[in-house]
Order: sequence, then structure tokens, then C-alpha cells
Amino acid sequence: MPDSMTATAVLDEPLTGAASIVNDCTIHVATVNGSGSMSSNSVLMRSIFQMGVPVSGKNMFPSNIAGLPTWFTIRANKDGWIARKKEVDIMVCMNASTAREDVEALQPGAVCIYDAPLACKGIREDVTFFAVPFAKLAGELSQDSRLRKLLTNMIYVGIVAERLGIDRDEIINAIGKQFKGKKKAIDPNVAAIDKGIEYARENLPKQHHWRIERMNATAGKIIIDGNAAAAIGAMFGGCTVVTWYPITPSSSLCESLIDYMKEYRIGPDGKATFAIVQAEDELAAMGMVLGAGWAGARSLTSTSGPGISLMAEFAGLGYFAELPGVIWDIQRVGPSTGLPTRTAQGDIFEVYYLSHGDTQHIALIPASVAECFEFAGEALDLAEMFQTPIFVLSDLDLGMNNWMSDPFVYPTKPYRRGKVLDAKQLEELGGKWGRYLDVDGDGIPFRTLPGTDHPMASYFTRGSGHDAHARYSEKPSDYKATVDRLAKKHETAKQFVPPPVIDRRADAKVGFIAYGTTDVALEEARHQLRSEHGVETSYLRLRALPLTADVKAFVEAHERVYVVEQNRDGQMGDLIRLDVGDIQHKLRKILHYTGLPCDARSITDSLLQMENDGTRVVRIGLGAEATTQTIGED
Amino acid sequence: MAESTLKLPNEAAVPKENRIGLKALDYQGGKSTLCAGCGHDAVSNQIVRAFYEMNVKPEKVAKFSGIGCSSKTPAYFLGRAHGFNSVHGRMPAVATGAMLANHHLISIGVSGDGDTASIGLGQFMHLVRRNIPLIYIIENNGVYGLTKGQFSATADEGSKLKTGVVNDLPPMDLCALAVELGCGFVARGYAGDPKQMVNILKAAVAHDGLAVIDVISPCVTFNNHDGSTKGYAYSKEHDELLHQIGFVQSYEQIEIDYEPGTVREVTLHDGSRLLLKKLEEDYDPSNAVQALQRSHKAIEDGAMLTGLIYLRPEKKSFISLLNMSDKPLWSLTEAETRPPKEALDQIMRELM
Ligand SMILES: Cc1ncc(C[n+]2csc(CCOP(=O)(O)OP(=O)(O)O)c2C)c(N)n1
Ligand code: SF4
Ligand SMILES: [Mg+2]
Repeated sequence: MPDSMTATAVLDEPLTGAASIVNDCTIHVATVNGSGSMSSNSVLMRSIFQMGVPVSGKNMFPSNIAGLPTWFTIRANKDGWIARKKEVDIMVCMNASTAREDVEALQPGAVCIYDAPLACKGIREDVTFFAVPFAKLAGELSQDSRLRKLLTNMIYVGIVAERLGIDRDEIINAIGKQFKGKKKAIDPNVAAIDKGIEYARENLPKQHHWRIERMNATAGKIIIDGNAAAAIGAMFGGCTVVTWYPITPSSSLCESLIDYMKEYRIGPDGKATFAIVQAEDELAAMGMVLGAGWAGARSLTSTSGPGISLMAEFAGLGYFAELPGVIWDIQRVGPSTGLPTRTAQGDIFEVYYLSHGDTQHIALIPASVAECFEFAGEALDLAEMFQTPIFVLSDLDLGMNNWMSDPFVYPTKPYRRGKVLDAKQLEELGGKWGRYLDVDGDGIPFRTLPGTDHPMASYFTRGSGHDAHARYSEKPSDYKATVDRLAKKHETAKQFVPPPVIDRRADAKVGFIAYGTTDVALEEARHQLRSEHGVETSYLRLRALPLTADVKAFVEAHERVYVVEQNRDGQMGDLIRLDVGDIQHKLRKILHYTGLPCDARSITDSLLQMENDGTRVVRIGLGAEATTQTIGED
Repeated sequence: MAESTLKLPNEAAVPKENRIGLKALDYQGGKSTLCAGCGHDAVSNQIVRAFYEMNVKPEKVAKFSGIGCSSKTPAYFLGRAHGFNSVHGRMPAVATGAMLANHHLISIGVSGDGDTASIGLGQFMHLVRRNIPLIYIIENNGVYGLTKGQFSATADEGSKLKTGVVNDLPPMDLCALAVELGCGFVARGYAGDPKQMVNILKAAVAHDGLAVIDVISPCVTFNNHDGSTKGYAYSKEHDELLHQIGFVQSYEQIEIDYEPGTVREVTLHDGSRLLLKKLEEDYDPSNAVQALQRSHKAIEDGAMLTGLIYLRPEKKSFISLLNMSDKPLWSLTEAETRPPKEALDQIMRELM
């Protein structure tokens, strides 16, 4: 064995000269699932954040409780680029089963800190290796084998932090935050950090290529995942009924909501201003949401693709019978036994057309934790305003990873509760009203709630077999009037859903369209194109379905428009194609669907290639060099 | 066959107006579109009568159903109550959601044996487990009426379709299942015995929690021939009464004397009283084991066991476990449901 347990680093050749790179590096940690590395990785990420440096963290974990490989990538970037970056600068190898693969994927010049028995050093010549005898170091800290395992992770944090020059104080603060001030947990972890720092000082050569130096770009910012942000938004948005069935990556949305509601939504009488039910499946969760919406509550459920499938029949009923309710879809790779812990934007079609018959749903698409917060309240409003299921399309990357953000803004807009007639209004109308009458010409009828104390309040709810007064009808003209009015309602929604965010550059021939988490990579790609290649691009970021007129206008205004999304077929691209009709030849597709979040370099390279050779569809491949794979016409 | 109801001194002619000043007509619904003679229509009439006599304001009621001929019936009773004909087998979820939004509603759901015992079995079981305050009626005819007469999962072993097809599978006893899952109110009635059904329904209205009522409700079109075991003739012949039932409203000052030990009296949630008169055996409806034993025996005997099979009125309903605000959740205002700015500030500080 080339490395013994006690061997220290021998290969530490400066690779890129003396100049150090400040506040711009990517750290990739490979561990075994269930080893407790999540808290150490969070501590490392947070300590960089507290140094004032913009940072993002992405957890790539398996569908497993313990034993399978897991990775965590931290990207620190002074300019605030927080998308996933493929190129790794500092690798921490703690997992025997992936060590070779992890090292082989590194780019030349990277640093690899590894657990000594893994013998990574021999794998390649163009990477700087440091072997660390973690077992021995942890053994000096505790006799308890379980604790030793956890402390091992904190030791690598100490080592990496020391090499990067992160202040010890900030690590200690981050630990305090991570363990919520509990001294019993804090003390051994601090000891482990110090062990790592001391080891690095004494054994690793003084060569600090990548540095974290204090700056002031994170003051006043928060770190939060999208699911927790959505939960907070729903709570401040007046959500009252929550139903759910556990599924990764959506569970933490309702779990956070439970915690927050218990703390902030108990009335002065000690009673809850909410009800949360763990349903027996997503079918039931959806039925409960619609039943609650029918009876006037602001109701919500959250799930992922497989759950959406089970909700299909109810979604149709919700659409035709006009029932409010909010459904969060935290998208993941399909199908149910697919890659449940990997991210994708593959449910666009599934959600937009969910159910049988002529259904089309309103969907909101947040791209940031701040939008998760904002859209959570917005969706509850839209559900009541439009009396229909409102979907919110998030994804695993947004929902479960930690993101930096400005603090959320307290909502001041009053709830919009839609067209509901109460007993008094019914009296004023002389009891004359029709549940499905389009009184205002916007396709949105009035409703009453069960329990309304007026003899004319009631109506009978059923699918589409009714006339404008909710009387049973199978007349062709009644059915047609119903579905045509629903189409009108969908049209009206275009004026109320969050409009796209458009950055139109005067001399740009090329435009991008993207949505959701593709946004962070796309903005960085635009920056790369501008600064490295002098290519100016416009950008339209979709925030909702149905598509608004802005989309066609945007396509019209550019020679070529690249729709970038994280699924194989370019689902949104196809919706746009239908929408823009005769100018669809201007559309191109850049598709990223590896289960990992999209990165900027892949978009940049794809665009340059496509502009150069006229390729219309690029499906981004893996690896640092061959980023693109071209599959003919679409 | 013995009378299914107890003769009580309160059984005077039904008044023309009830205690809240409404007429029986105010409890009617739309015109039924079911086949003439369908058991389901009889049950609708029994519901009208029970709610009228219980002085329930129809506006306070919410009606739910799944899909089937039976599930159409909420349109045919209590027209002044909101109704919701949902999807096949999923009414429990819809009713649960509505009750969470407004727990002041008096809820009644009508399902069929297909709707409950097949596609909806999972939701039915969880409804029982949660004990949602809801009167859940299964209009049980042993077939899928609306899809033209296929066997359902409650069809008796050996019973025959009109086409001659014989059912080889054992029936599901939804009452026994509800007992097994701890339902606090389980009864079986027969559409052809309105007096017994009205008493059961009144008791169900008085009960706080889920009341499961399996009512044998013959399908005259697809399951009322020789060889069917859920038709009128067969049911009448095989009706086995657990007891005679009497119902006394909470406000009625009625002294009843019966020989000691012959009548069990159960006080319900609203203070009304249920009287169960012993017939050939002393049946204790609070004993789950006896209920199951008796149910199994009835299946073996090819009998249709009717009456109050299981009753535990003290069981806590899901709504009471949730510790919800007394005001229905739907009616809470922004001031009540949007925490103050300081709350958001505090959450944000913790995330910094
Ligand atoms: C998802 C779904 N599958 C099948 C059907 C067709 N279907 C309508 S009613 C029914 C059976 C109803 O039987 P039951 O509940 O016993 O009611 P009955 O008509 O006998 O009163 C079926 C299978 C449906 N409506 N929905
Ligand atoms: S088919 Fe049977 S269940 Fe349906 S309405 Fe006719 S008699 Fe009733
Ligand atoms: Mg049936």
C-alpha cells in the first residue's frame, strides 16, 4: 500500500503558480450515506457564508437510509454565481466505493484530501493529494465509535477550513447554529474542528491556492431551502388545511409547515388555526384538499411526480367542478422507482394537462427560495380567485438544497378570497344566482359555501354534467358552454399569474427562455457568453402557465430563441411551440437531464455550438470536455 | 317476524311542522331519476324523514357521495343543503376535507357497495380509523347498478346474476370491517323497513363521530330475481333482528317502563336516548367481539343481520383530536391566520 495510516502528504506541488484564487472555488465532498456528513457540510457552507462570501450547497444523495454514496458540493463565488459547477477544485474523498471515480472526474490542478486507507494518490499525477489518517485523529477524540464516525466529518471541515483560511471563529459560530446552541453537541464538534485545523497546520504544506477571504456580500442574508420557504409563505398566506403523504423531495415542505404552524398559528384561545392531516395516499390528500377548498378553506398539499399521477382523477374533477386547492409538485426524476433523490423539470406536461378531458391547469414556477415564499401565498389567492386547482412546480434542487437569499418581505396585500356570496348578499339578490353563471364575463362564476344560512344558498356539485344553475344536464349546448367558459377562465388567468421576467438586450439576436432552477445556471451562462465571447443575449424567465402574450412577442423579437430546461424532450419548449405557431422555426432546445442540477458552462458551450453549426436541439452530456451530445432535429 | 321497532308513547302522528318551523317538503330534494322501486329511493325518503324529525336545519347539512346509482341520491333529498357528487370511491377524502374546513357542518355521505367495498375500500377504512363526524350510508345491493349489474364485493357466495353467472367469492361484511377498525357507530338496516332505518338514522344524527350504516337496498333492475340474495323477497325472509329499536329525542320527557333487563338504554352525544329491546338473545352492542361473532354467524346462516351492531358513543372524533379553533377554519380572517411581522422577522433572524 502506498499510503500508510500515518503517512502525511508528500505530493504538494504548486500547480498554477503563486497567485491564489480568492473567493471562487468549488468543494466536493464524497461520503457514505448515513454517516452524518450533512451537518458537517452545512457547517462548512455556513462558515463561508459568515465570511461574507456568497455560497451555495448541493446535496446529491441516494434513495437510501445508510450505506450508499452521497456527495455534497459547496460553491463559493464572490460574484454571487450559485449554480452547480461541474469543475471541482477541492475534493474530499471519504468513500471507498467511489474514491477512484471521484478522483478520475477531477480536473487537472485540483486538490484531493482523502482518507488515508483509500490510497487515492496513485490514481493520477495531475492532482495534488493529501492523505489524512482520519481514523487515528478521531480515535484521539472519543472512545465512542458512533461519535467517532460523526467527528471524522467535522475533522475534514477543520482541514478544509484551515486550507481555505476560514476564520476559526466563523466555524465555531456555524457549529453553534447547526446544533442550536446545545453545548453537549457543540463541544466535541469544536474539538474535532480544532483537531482538523491542527493536523492541517502541522502536516499539510503551506500552499494556499484557493482562499476564502472576508468580504461583505452576505450580511443580512438568510440561508434556507425552497421547501421551508414555501412552508413559511403558505403560513403567512393564510393556509388553513394541509394534507400530505410523505414522498421525497416534497416531505420537508409539509414537515416544516407543521413545525412553523405549531409555533406561530395557535390562537389566543390555545387552539390551532389550521388542520394538518397525513393522508393515506396522494389520492386522499388531493380529495381532502378539494373538499376543504369546496367548503371555503385555503388548502394545500405537496407531493412529487408519482403523487401527481395519483391525483389525476381528482385534478380533473377540481377543474370541471371548479374547486380551489393548491398542489406543490417538487419535481424529481421519474418514475416512482426512478431516481427519487435526483432533480428534474420533467412534470410540465403531466401537470399542465393533468387528468382526462379538456383540462388545462394554472401552474406557478418559482426559481428561487424568495419566489417559493411569495408564490405560496399567491397560489392560495389564485386558487380561491379562479376556483380551480393551482399547481406550483418546484424541484428537488430548489426544494431540498440550501440557498442564499435576501430575507423574505412581509406580505401586506390582503388575501383575495374570490367570488363567494354570503347569506346577506344572497338576500340582496333575492336568492337569484347561478353557480356557473358567467356574470362578469371573465369566465369566473360565483359560489356559495356549504353551511351558508340561506334557503337559496345550496347547489349541487358534480363534474361537467350541469347547466349554469348547477342543475343536472347532459344537453350538448350546456356541456359546450361549460367547457368554453372554463377556457375563458384559463384565458383570464393570463392577466393574474406572475408575468415572465424579461431582460431584453437591444442588440441581442439571440434570446433564452428558461424557468425554475435553470435560471441560476442560465444567468451565469449569459455572463460567460457576454464576458468571454462577446455574445449578448436576451432572456425571458417564465414564472407561470398559461403562457402569456409576452412569450410570442419575445420570440418574434429575436432571430433564434433557445429554450433551456431540465428534461429530455423539451416539454416547455413544445408548449411554447404550440403557443407561437407560425414562428416556431425560431425555437431551439438546450436540454439537461442527468439528475444533477444544470450548470452554466454546459449551456454556454451548447449555445456556442448551436450558433455555430445550426443544431436545433442539444442534449447536454456529462463530463468536463464533451459537454454536448447532438440528436438531430426535434 | 318480530317488529323491528319498539312501541313508544311518542309515536303520535308526525306533526305538519317540526320544532324549527320547517315542513317535510323543506327536506325534499330533486326528482329521482332512479328505476321505479329502487331501494335507494326508499332510503332517500327515510333520510328526509329522519332529518325532519330530528329538526336539523338543512342549510347546516353537507351531502357527499362517490359514484353509482346510490351516489346520485344526495340530489334527491335535502335540496336546501349543499351536495357534492365526487369521484368513485373517494368520497371519504372529500368529506374529510370539508369537515376540516368547517366542522360545524352536519355531514351525510351516500355510497354504494361497489363504491365502498371495491374501489373505495382503502379510503373507507381510513375514514373509519380517523372517525370523521359523518353519517356514512352504504346502499348495498350486491351489484354495480350504474354499470349495469356486475357483482360487487358484497355479493353473497352462491348468489346468481340475472344472466345466470354465479358468485364464487365470499362477501365482504362492511359492518364487521367497521367494527374491526373501531368505528363508534355501526348499524345495518333494510330499505324495506323504514321504521327501523329512520330510528337508526336519527341515532346517527345524534352521534358525534362516524356512523356507518350498511343498508340492504335492492336493485330492482339487476338483483331482484330468483337466486339473488339482496332482493326484496330474500331480504324480507332473511332479516334477522338483533333487537327492537326505539329512539327518544333529548327534549322528550318520556317515561318508559319495561321489564327489568329487557331493554338496553344508550345515551347519545346530543342527550337523546336509544332503546334496544332484547329479542331472543341479549345482544350487547358495546362488545366488539360479540359483534364480530354474531356477524360471522349471520354470514354462515345466510341471514341478513340488522340493528345496531356496535355502539361506542364516547369514542373521540378526529375533529376533537385536532384541537382546532371553534370558528370554522374557512371563516378565519387575515387577522387570525397571518402571523404578525415580528414573527417573520424572528424566523428570518434564525436563518441568518
Ligand atoms: C374510476 C372509475 N372507474 C369506474 C367507474 C364506473 N362506475 C360507475 S358506478 C360504478 C359502480 C357503482 O356501484 P355501486 O357503488 O354499488 O353503486 P350502485 O349503482 O349499485 O348503487 C362503476 C364501476 C367510474 N365512474 N370511475
Ligand atoms: S339500476 Fe338498480 S341500483 Fe340503479 S337505479 Fe335501477 S334499481 Fe336502482
Ligand atoms: Mg351497488
